[in-house]
Amino acid sequence: MKRRAAGRTLPVLTVCAAILVLWYLAAIGMNWATETDKLVRAGDYSVTDAIAATWSARRPVLPAPHQIVAELWKTTVDVKPTSPRSLLFHAWVTLSSTLLGFVFGSILGILIAVGILFSRTLDKALMPWVVISQTIPILAIAPMIIVVLNSIGVQGLLPKAFISTYLSFFPVTVGMVKGLRAPDRMLTDLMHTYSASPLQTLMKLRFPASLPFLFTGMKVGVAAALVGAIVGELPTGAVAGLGARLLAGSYYGQTIQIWSALVMASLMAAVLVWLVGLCEKAALKRQGARP
Amino acid sequence: MSEAPLAQALAGKSSPGTRIGSLALLTVLFALWAFVSLPEGGWLLVLAALAFWTSALRLTVLLSALEPQSKAARRGLSVAIPVLFGLTFLFLWEFVVRGLDVPSVLLPPPSAIAATFAASTGLLWADFVQTFLKAVLAGYAIGCGAGFLTALLVDRSPFLKRGLLPIGNLVSALPIVGVAPIMVMWFGFDWPSKAAVVIIMTFFPMLVNTVAGLNASSAMERDLMRTYAASHGQTLTKLRLPAAMPFIFNALKINATLALIGAIVAEFFGTPIVGMGFRISAEIGRMNTAMVWAEITVAALVGSLSYGLIALIERRATFWHPSIRRG
Repeated sequence: MKRRAAGRTLPVLTVCAAILVLWYLAAIGMNWATETDKLVRAGDYSVTDAIAATWSARRPVLPAPHQIVAELWKTTVDVKPTSPRSLLFHAWVTLSSTLLGFVFGSILGILIAVGILFSRTLDKALMPWVVISQTIPILAIAPMIIVVLNSIGVQGLLPKAFISTYLSFFPVTVGMVKGLRAPDRMLTDLMHTYSASPLQTLMKLRFPASLPFLFTGMKVGVAAALVGAIVGELPTGAVAGLGARLLAGSYYGQTIQIWSALVMASLMAAVLVWLVGLCEKAALKRQGARP
Repeated sequence: MSEAPLAQALAGKSSPGTRIGSLALLTVLFALWAFVSLPEGGWLLVLAALAFWTSALRLTVLLSALEPQSKAARRGLSVAIPVLFGLTFLFLWEFVVRGLDVPSVLLPPPSAIAATFAASTGLLWADFVQTFLKAVLAGYAIGCGAGFLTALLVDRSPFLKRGLLPIGNLVSALPIVGVAPIMVMWFGFDWPSKAAVVIIMTFFPMLVNTVAGLNASSAMERDLMRTYAASHGQTLTKLRLPAAMPFIFNALKINATLALIGAIVAEFFGTPIVGMGFRISAEIGRMNTAMVWAEITVAALVGSLSYGLIALIERRATFWHPSIRRG
């Protein structure tokens, strides 16, 4: 018991349980007024009835966790994944543009970082802009990219992937530049004594040394790519994707639908970051890092 | 003997200096001439853009090869090069858009954006007040404050710390902007719902960073405080909070951008008829791209200025930190 308390499992589970309890209590509080109103109109009611009603309202202000789970189950397991009523369908739409954008963004980020490493001009002229662009709310540009590309006939996956690319390449570039410069003077001098060419130094020294930085950047990048894909789905008017589910839910007051889309997006973000973490562990293990 | 290095330095210095000077003059004159006298549209403008680009690029390369001796000159150069690069980009954008006759719906030239900006400062100011001064500032202050206070509370209990930190780290990676429709439903269309989104977005980065920062002081330093018989509060204010400052400022900087994004995206889900996010989505609906770009310029300015302000305060507050002391 004592050993487990020193670990992380028990504290995390406790905090999760506390959040659940608070959530149920909050659901009672926030749904109380509307639900008791209905019960009063229907006749007399007891407190237990009212509490049960707040946890099973059709359009609650705050849905109880089990309602969200039930909605998730209903829209993922009971419906065919190809139907537009299935949450898996929408999740896939978002996931595909997230992944496409993330892959493009990572490649672009790595290329720019290598360019910055080799060219003094790029380092002095471009790097400050990469840093400044981190401080700009780039997401504001998303609706315009979607609508403008739509007006010249580009629609569907690509515009969203474009936004995801845009959002995910900054963290990768910044991390990668830091990583490529991580090897100290001694190591670069050693490569020099081997009379290694710049390309060889890059491939055999700088690139392996930059991996931890690259993966840290990619973890931030993949989360940013998902946010970009979701926001990119807003302006096209709720066609498909998790962002569209959020928007449609907010139009029609379907709170349970909003929450289930939100939970799905969160699950996806957690899994994506976890997958990048797995790749990181595998790559660093091959380099001989000890856990 | 003593003259030789001086003459060398002079020769080494003056030759690229004059070259840069004349090239800069030529480039500027050429840009002005092309801007004023070339006809609207057509390949001539694109060719001019290419010529301008090559000379500006050459200028950038020459400038970046310089290694001035004095600190002030080096600092000036480190600002001048990116500014030059940005200006080149703007000019190139202007020439290409006008030369190729790109419809202004697709991409307006910078001059049109500047004109729209100047013509609608009143509207832009109203949007700025609604989104930044009301929603972002309120949400940022409450979110960061709550994150900080929660971190101080959590810090007293190692059990809570171990439980909350992994969850806080996880939540920091989630697409929290998605709570925007829920907040709009709960708090209405006006700015409080946007402030609520900002609070949720800024809370977790602050919590995680402050908790990490409070652990940043070493065991030796904490032992020293114990030998002074310092109370918990004294250790906190005299040792651990100062040591946590770099982490706290890091969170403040991350949150500055997040807050602006949160408020703007939340406005996509419903607003009164004012606000930066509202203006962007409304004007894009009317295909008035120049106005959207003007609004994005405001957002970019506000974002980088508030970031810069926090960075400036950080330099003052953490003057002892190695990363700042050195400079």
